[in-house]
Amino acid sequence: MNMSPVSPSAPSAPAHPPTVPLAIDDLTVAYNEKPVLWDIDLDIPEGKLVGIVGPNGAGKSTLIKACLDLVPRASGRVMIYGEPYKKNRGLVGYVPQRESVDWDFPVSALDVVAMGTYGRIGWCRPVGKKHKQEAMEALERVNLADYAHRQISQLSGGQQQRVFLARALAQDARLYFMDEPFAAVDASTEKAIVTLLHDLKSQGKTCLVVHHDLATVSEYFDWLILLNLRVVQSGPTKEVFTQENLKATYGGKLSALVEAGEELRKMRGVGK
Amino acid sequence: MSLFPAEISEVMEVLLLRNYNTRLVVISTLLLGVASGLVGSFLLLRKRSLMSDTLSHACLPGIGLMFILVTLGGGDGKSIPLLLTGASISGLLGVGMVTAIRNTTKIKDDAAMGIVLSVFFGLGVVFLSVAQTLGGSAAGLETFIYGKTASMVEQDYQLLLGVTVAAGVMCMLLQKEFTLMCFDEEFARSLAWPVHGLDLLLMGLVTAVTVVGMQAVGLILIIAFMIIPAAAARFWTERYRVMWILSGCIGGLSGWLGASVSAWLPRLPAGAVIVLVAGCAFLFSLFFGGARGVLKLGLRRHHMRRKVGRQHLLRGIYELLEDEKTFANTPVSIKQLYAKRSWTHTELHKLISRAKKEDHIEVVSGDRLQMSESGFAEAARYTRNHRLWELYLIRFADVAARHVDRDADRVEHVLGPELVRQLEAELDAVEEMSPVIESPHDLHSGVGI
Repeated sequence: MNMSPVSPSAPSAPAHPPTVPLAIDDLTVAYNEKPVLWDIDLDIPEGKLVGIVGPNGAGKSTLIKACLDLVPRASGRVMIYGEPYKKNRGLVGYVPQRESVDWDFPVSALDVVAMGTYGRIGWCRPVGKKHKQEAMEALERVNLADYAHRQISQLSGGQQQRVFLARALAQDARLYFMDEPFAAVDASTEKAIVTLLHDLKSQGKTCLVVHHDLATVSEYFDWLILLNLRVVQSGPTKEVFTQENLKATYGGKLSALVEAGEELRKMRGVGK
Repeated sequence: MSLFPAEISEVMEVLLLRNYNTRLVVISTLLLGVASGLVGSFLLLRKRSLMSDTLSHACLPGIGLMFILVTLGGGDGKSIPLLLTGASISGLLGVGMVTAIRNTTKIKDDAAMGIVLSVFFGLGVVFLSVAQTLGGSAAGLETFIYGKTASMVEQDYQLLLGVTVAAGVMCMLLQKEFTLMCFDEEFARSLAWPVHGLDLLLMGLVTAVTVVGMQAVGLILIIAFMIIPAAAARFWTERYRVMWILSGCIGGLSGWLGASVSAWLPRLPAGAVIVLVAGCAFLFSLFFGGARGVLKLGLRRHHMRRKVGRQHLLRGIYELLEDEKTFANTPVSIKQLYAKRSWTHTELHKLISRAKKEDHIEVVSGDRLQMSESGFAEAARYTRNHRLWELYLIRFADVAARHVDRDADRVEHVLGPELVRQLEAELDAVEEMSPVIESPHDLHSGVGI
């Protein structure tokens, strides 16, 4: 723990008020005795667009999955708005990685988006008109209403990603976890996602987004988690996105990225 | 093949289920087909089709062991309910072992299933051999391997009816749960659904159908009933609900037809005939399936190739006219056309003769051809739309790649009228220097969409 800089927002008391969307204490996750996340402590304030950045294998996806109870925790706890996930899961929306499903599945875009409402429908009950309507509205928000009845394999990669985002919108959550929504999408989808993120932020919602592209970090996110097995730094992007912190996160792997970071710093300097 | 009148009446007798025994068998296999079609479609979507293979083979030792235990205990070893109970227990044990191997070791699914399947089957054969030594009453146990439809009785029918209704109701009630589990298990778990429980329930349904179906078609061929109807249905639709219903129908139809044929030709074992009928349904769907059948896909590709060929030819001629700066529809020489694209002699002449049939061009003299009025209009449209695409790619290279549909006809449909107008203005500006023949069509009115 003393190796990593202390998070500026480290909790002073273990109790978490219900206004904090996500509070993680002392989280450790291990696969086959090999820890993939160590002693994670995080507090995320409400209404932020939070980027999760780190090298491959840093445990970014695992962090999200641990928050959603999808992987077993070796220790620690995760609080969503002051309660465990099980209790407050209705407040959470999830966008998995696009590659995690088989897009050849015989469903339409609307069917997939309607899955976002399943959590509210209840067991053994059919998807009603009201839920389909909600799904349609979510599709409209990502500009895919015209594609509602297409089989999902007939959509482009970017459109598929937007279908997943629409499904999360249909969940009508307050805290969103998104696993690499920007991975391999065309520029127009990227723009659409950014607009959507700002939309959500203006509604006071919080989004945690696993991100790969360092060049767009300071443009897209106002809060940043630098992750490499442990939290290297977490805080407002302006304070956290520095050359030293990036080096501490990426280590030797940064060499190619150093210059990019340098450029960015200059750009930001100019911006001020 | 011509049928004698006597044979026709025999066939009618079977198909119309006049004979009580036949009726029982045919309706039973029909029900079995429906049940396995319904359950099997979820198995297919979950990519667990081979699990039914493992399961059915793993049932055998349960049958053998149950017989031995009951006989040694002094009971009736051939009591069907007891044997089926034994089969269910060992079947589920086999499935549980596959899951355990998958979850605790690095052995993959296919290997795990292969191991469990063969070991359980071997164990079953050993138990059956031991059972034979216990006395003559064990004769007939091996019918579970290949099935013996003709020996079905009222009790079997009732059992099948119960299982079919249960499977149908379960699948209907849990349709959205099963579908989400099959499509995106992780998302289902993020909703805090008990995915393991759902999985177990699905495997329970598969077990129930397998066990009751074993008597009818045998434990080896029941697999075909689970996999084939669902796989065949997939060729016809892109909607899981339709696929689900279709799969049940194909299964039921195969059971009905198969059992009927085997009742009509009693020397043919029903299980084999049923599977062959299902196989025919699969082959038919593979070729003629309306959504993704081979013919459908082939036809689509063929149309595409023709369309591209026509567009290339007309554009080639049009560009020749532009090169000559004649700005009118005049004859061009075929020889010059070769320079426009990498056509071989045969390819070009095939294109020309097809375009002639379509009234797009006419051959004026031996090596010169001229476009018809409609061909000229088409050519102008193709050329213009193609250039709009190219301009779009240049202007919007960063956004464009995924939006571009190389089919010239779709330019307005994809890009929208506003953008097309903007591109046209730019195109016109470029062409101030080298004017193009005016397009005879109003591009804004949506021609060719």
